[in-house]
Amino acid sequence: MVNAITHLDDDRFPNVVDTAGEGDGSPAVSLAAVSKVFGSAASAIPALDHISLTVPRGEFLCILGASGCGKSTLLNLVAGLDRPTSGTLTVATERPALMFQEAALFPWLTVQGNVGLALKLAGVDQAARQVRVRELLQLVHLDEFADRRPHELSGGMRQRVALARALAQRSSLLLMDEPFGALDAMTRDLLHDELEALWSTTDLTVVFVTHNVREAVRLGDRVILLSSRPGRIAEEYPIDIPRPRRIDSPEVAALAAEITDRLRAQVRRHASPPPPAHRSHDGGQ
Amino acid sequence: MATTFDADLAGLDALELFVEPGPSRAARIWSATWPKLGAIGLALFTWQCVVWSHWKPEFVLPGPAKVLPVLWNDAGTYLDATRVTLGRALAGFAIAVVIGTVLGAVIARSRILRSAVGAMVTSLMTMPSIAWFPAAIVLFGLTESSIRFVIVIGAAPSIANGFIAGVDNTPPVLMRAAHVLGARGWKAFRLVVLPAALPTYVAGLKQGWAFAWRSLLAGELLVQIAGLASLGRQLDVARQLPDYPALYATMIVILAIGLVADALFSGVERRIRRRYGLVDTATR
Repeated sequence: MVNAITHLDDDRFPNVVDTAGEGDGSPAVSLAAVSKVFGSAASAIPALDHISLTVPRGEFLCILGASGCGKSTLLNLVAGLDRPTSGTLTVATERPALMFQEAALFPWLTVQGNVGLALKLAGVDQAARQVRVRELLQLVHLDEFADRRPHELSGGMRQRVALARALAQRSSLLLMDEPFGALDAMTRDLLHDELEALWSTTDLTVVFVTHNVREAVRLGDRVILLSSRPGRIAEEYPIDIPRPRRIDSPEVAALAAEITDRLRAQVRRHASPPPPAHRSHDGGQ
Repeated sequence: MATTFDADLAGLDALELFVEPGPSRAARIWSATWPKLGAIGLALFTWQCVVWSHWKPEFVLPGPAKVLPVLWNDAGTYLDATRVTLGRALAGFAIAVVIGTVLGAVIARSRILRSAVGAMVTSLMTMPSIAWFPAAIVLFGLTESSIRFVIVIGAAPSIANGFIAGVDNTPPVLMRAAHVLGARGWKAFRLVVLPAALPTYVAGLKQGWAFAWRSLLAGELLVQIAGLASLGRQLDVARQLPDYPALYATMIVILAIGLVADALFSGVERRIRRRYGLVDTATR
């Protein structure tokens, strides 16, 4: 079986802002028959099953699925935090930036310290760091809060700091793992606007994982629906609703309703009891 | 559109960050001080009540009115003794901090060492420090070294344990964030694990100090070095003379030093916890 991960740049050149392959039309991410199995032999749990997917540069891709569809696993593979069991994964960027559902800010550092640490680790010298931190904080509208500590901020503000910190990596690929899942609806809507504005003014490629259908339709150029256990690509929806979009617009709502029906159908399949032949495999309960 | 959005966001930020103004600084200091003053008053009153009860002759158990003036009249003696004892405590504690920290760092970094040595370090903490003294006297004689040895062996395991617990409790999500940002190996350890471990490490230091202080006083009773008037020696001398007001006065000095040290460590601990957002501001 094929088993290869290609990161075109590597960690030996942390200063290189990923220019590798830029403009030659190669995709930001491509997966060919990528599978991921957890555990081994008898107790193996297939998480992802032959996922083939290409993310062109500059695309905003949303990956949608219910619990257990392996969407976070998929993101971890692309982020290089885990390796596929089989298949080929090619990531054109040096080191993708990744945002989690929790902001995961370092509590002992101020807002600017958190963003600055990302720059420091990327090899940016101190003078340039200060200027860049300010720019990034202005970008997420938090420059007034540069000296606050994470615990002094609201959840939404913390996620904006996390976004600034992710952008500080200067990666051309931003991976987001349900980043707004824990926020209230109003804050989430505003952050959607902020993210969309930011993405549309840069050549950032975004892979955004969510279980919120409306959010996916609101943000994505394309929505990929994953089936659960194992995760397979069930459906693909190009979204051509003009931007800027609103989450409560009729177009978004209509398409979201359609996708929700498909998602529910996917989930329903798991409600039926497994056929008797399958039961003997479960370890004889 | 853009300006409405900015205003929306700024408005939401302002609403979310609104905090009720707390009590004034003077009010806070007063509310932190009066319970302590009250406790001291209560302790003195209880002491006086025991004396009034004539449970023991006043010659054996003098009241505060007899004991407290001794502190003032013999202030020079107590200052000298405190200098000797505190000097020993600080020197021993400093060595324990170095050894405990290095030991903790080495054990925390290596999985094999942790299973081999980690449990041993913990079991050292169960050993009452005074039980080390006979061996220390055999090994080092009646010298400063034997006192220092017992201080270090009493305090270092707590410090090492605090360090290891701090490293172990580093939230996994912070490690993942550091990994994504490109911090690996020593860099990740220095920039993420060490600061994350700080609050627990300081708790370990505080406990280490308490062990060091107890070990030291036990040591000063057992190992008396000629010509040096330490607090421990004063206790013993006052008992033998007998000069019981001096005995109780010395105990008060020892208690006061312990309370001050505890307050210092607690202050540092509280500051760090507040900085890290580990204190619930609503219950402050």
